[in-house]
Amino acid sequence: MVNTKLATKEEIFSMLSEICDPEIPVVTIQEMGMLRDVIIDEHMCEVVITPTYTGCPAMGIIEQDIIELLQKNGIQNVKVSLVYSPAWTTDWMTDGTKEKLRKYGIASPVHSSCMNWLKPNSISVSCPKCNSSHTKLISQFGSTACKALYQCEDCKEPFDYFKCH
Amino acid sequence: MTKQAALFKYLLQLGDNSLIQGHRLSEWCSRGPILEEDLAITNMALDHIGRAQAFLKYAADIEGKGKTEDDLAYKRPERQFYNKLMTELPIGDFAYTMAKQLLISTFEYFQMLELCKSKDETIAGIAAKAVKEVRYHLSHAKDWCIRLGRGTNLSHDKLQNAFNDLWMYTGEFFEMGEEDALLMKEGIAIDLQLLKPKWEEMVQSILKEANIQIPGTDYFQIGSRNGIHTEHLGHILTEMQYLQRAYPDATW
Repeated sequence: MVNTKLATKEEIFSMLSEICDPEIPVVTIQEMGMLRDVIIDEHMCEVVITPTYTGCPAMGIIEQDIIELLQKNGIQNVKVSLVYSPAWTTDWMTDGTKEKLRKYGIASPVHSSCMNWLKPNSISVSCPKCNSSHTKLISQFGSTACKALYQCEDCKEPFDYFKCH
Repeated sequence: MTKQAALFKYLLQLGDNSLIQGHRLSEWCSRGPILEEDLAITNMALDHIGRAQAFLKYAADIEGKGKTEDDLAYKRPERQFYNKLMTELPIGDFAYTMAKQLLISTFEYFQMLELCKSKDETIAGIAAKAVKEVRYHLSHAKDWCIRLGRGTNLSHDKLQNAFNDLWMYTGEFFEMGEEDALLMKEGIAIDLQLLKPKWEEMVQSILKEANIQIPGTDYFQIGSRNGIHTEHLGHILTEMQYLQRAYPDATW
């Protein structure tokens, strides 16, 4: 009974928009498209999130961050639920989000329609440091499940590429 | 067999395949031949364990006995595990792991693609997520099989021997039971026989490119659908379940 009068759905969304992705702290879970819904009833506030990858270890931290933040704002009964459908896609990222990633040193994903996944090195990835398109794939699996490792052939900098998903 | 019992077993199969495959891949942690492969294989382990968590959680809901996915992973005895025998075989050398990964990922790719159309929304949702991840596993295994197969005589022979050893465990991929028949009528389960030609075509074309001969095996080992396993599963579970059995319900 405590929740409903405290905050509207929009207010909760706006509170949650502060929460950053623990592995890429320059973007929020909302910008990443991981925050799917907020359902409020008279007993509790349910926050629905979707993982980028099914085994993403950041999900536990994100859940904890959501509960802590809402409790700090006086909302006690918080439930975080995980949905898999519709499946998360990098196509949900806006141009603004991709630019934030680039400034942070992570090359942003190409649109899924441009991807031939059986030939993953056929795409052109630009270096986030010097913008050269003269880059090479080092490994399809990088520092986290969602990233691949590339190297720039011009400035020689190794960098992360956010894989198209 | 009731629909509930069939669905429970079907979900255990899906979950157990991912769990045991993920566990085996995780054994490469800190043992990869190069740093990039250490990261790649453990990332794939994570995808499998995440998928296992999703399927086993749903299995626990369907069973309706108030269990969690952890109860199913850590407290079930060996004879109640339904993972394919191939997933539990030891990791062997790098060529062996890549051969195993190619056979399994090709199967999972077509399996998950079909399961996206399942009338069970939860299964379809998890499958839609999984198919995106499996594509990367498959392209990774394909690249390595071609590289090893066309590499040195030694790398070629190691890979050929791996396929020779593993081939007899592929028959089980397409085996179907009572639960499949029941759930197929409901549009929930998929017809594995229909996957077989697609799987064969892709595996054959990749092995051809890798200069690897398809083994002429005519004996195919089965058993996992009845909970009959190789000696290796018991050893995995001994390690995986130790903590929960020694200290029940222990948490971090």
